[in-house]
Amino acid sequence: MNLKQDKVTDLATAVKTYIKDGCHISIGGFTINRNPMAAVYEIIRQRVKNIHLYAHSNGQGVDELIGGGSISNLEIAYGGSGKFAATCIRFRKAVQENLVTVEDYTNYQMTLRFLAGSMGIPFLPTRSSLGTDIINKWGFSHKMRGDSPKLPDSKLVEMDNPFKGWCDVEKVVLVPAINPDVTIIHVQQADRRGNCRIQGLTFADVEQAKSAEHVIVTCEELCDNEVLKRDSHQNQIPFIHIDAVVHLPYGAYPTACYKYYDYDPRYLKDYAEKAKDDISYGKYLDSMIYGCPDHAELIKKIGQEQMSRISADPETGYAKNLDRR
Amino acid sequence: MDYTLKEMMTIMAAREIRNSDIVFCGTGISMLAAMAAKNINAPESVIFFETGAIDSRLEEIPLAVGDSRVMYQTSANGGLLDAFATMQNKVTGKHVIGILGAAQVDKFGNLNSTVIGDYNSPSIRFSGSGGGCDVASFVPRSIIFMQHEKRKFVNRLDYLTSPGYLDGPGGRKRAGLPDGGPVMLITNLAVMRFDDITKEMYLSAFYPGVSPVDILEKMEFKVDISRATEATPPTEEELWLLREKCDHQRLIL
Repeated sequence: MNLKQDKVTDLATAVKTYIKDGCHISIGGFTINRNPMAAVYEIIRQRVKNIHLYAHSNGQGVDELIGGGSISNLEIAYGGSGKFAATCIRFRKAVQENLVTVEDYTNYQMTLRFLAGSMGIPFLPTRSSLGTDIINKWGFSHKMRGDSPKLPDSKLVEMDNPFKGWCDVEKVVLVPAINPDVTIIHVQQADRRGNCRIQGLTFADVEQAKSAEHVIVTCEELCDNEVLKRDSHQNQIPFIHIDAVVHLPYGAYPTACYKYYDYDPRYLKDYAEKAKDDISYGKYLDSMIYGCPDHAELIKKIGQEQMSRISADPETGYAKNLDRR
Repeated sequence: MDYTLKEMMTIMAAREIRNSDIVFCGTGISMLAAMAAKNINAPESVIFFETGAIDSRLEEIPLAVGDSRVMYQTSANGGLLDAFATMQNKVTGKHVIGILGAAQVDKFGNLNSTVIGDYNSPSIRFSGSGGGCDVASFVPRSIIFMQHEKRKFVNRLDYLTSPGYLDGPGGRKRAGLPDGGPVMLITNLAVMRFDDITKEMYLSAFYPGVSPVDILEKMEFKVDISRATEATPPTEEELWLLREKCDHQRLIL
């Protein structure tokens, strides 16, 4: 736990300090919204390898981490980026070519697993997936589980309701807790101590943050410590969970950040096109990630004109009438 | 009246949605069906998303369930835990209708949206469950959208992602699931339903110009076609509302 009054740092330092080869991480956001993309790009840029990634439906961020070669193991519920990629393209390719080892859960199960981790308990029960292959088919073998102290011995465990039919339930599935080494989230506002204010949907960011050993927060706006203490009913994560705060405007780009900017349909469509082929994807990595020393440089490359097109309308929180075809 | 197959499919689903339903939407056509129902036949129905948005004011079509458009003027913005609780809540859960899609379906309405081939070394990888298996596990009624192709209507799924009626009558209960399962399956050719007793899929309605025999040829397993009637195409009013009120930007249609 880090109680410092000022945890502000730069992204390169935060990633270098906490994201190590082989570490277990989770990232916030959902499909094409509020993924911590600047941090994802920095992880790729620093060529961190063999990461074990926990995801529910973190679409774009997951696909780019896989495409950038940083992921070896993946626990996931959904690899898709909405209309831009019904199945994330580098994810699909990596699984089909056995470049990553993947294990499937449901969105609710992954959320419960983070919640259990945040509560310090070993598992939580649900009825989701009874009778399905999500229980029967494992991505991680007994041996792999036995070899890693960070993995539970079993994937999911079925159990009779120990309260004997209470709530008309006969059976439950126990889902094991997740405690990532690091969770990275992008939020609208944070203060220098790390108090976080998310606008719109929180997805599973709160559970993901609280289940991790360390948390890196990137934020659109960095506020003084007194500011978020006013109207604190709007805050979701208190500073006691946070280790590093990075002020990073457009830190979720090219995914959306409600009330700040929309996703960039042009970027995402272009990405989907280039992701189909290894050579064009290599060029994408060279020009958009390795070719930019930091996220500000990527935003500069995209240009003011496009950034103002995706700028959020203050009332609706998204870019009205944006060309999304 | 000219209409596209996509419009036909959307309207078939919209007509199944009732005023007291809380509609769980996925991406694409399922979202459009929920918006169509709200604009046409079930104005009191409530749209909600697994991301935690409930009763969104959808002025533009979201391109993903995490799109900021689902967050605008909701009744409450929460997170995934809230959404999945709504489906299981003893009061609200029984009103939830799920809309799902998949790569494969079997005769009992079980769905595969994970892999083709061996799970540990698949020839084709799909997105995976997302919230699909959760919804299919929890809610009393669901609608499935599929393309009608032989490789999709299979005797045996490569991977069972989301439960329908599992192995038939009593299957869900034996597995420990609550009552529920798909009530209809909408394709580009027909509407299928599930028999009350056998839980097996049967042909309920075929689209104008499509013959029941053509439909059977596009499935690995046989279904009962004796109850089939011709589907009623979208009316002029339904089409107008769908095109102008739901997808005026033509993002899905």
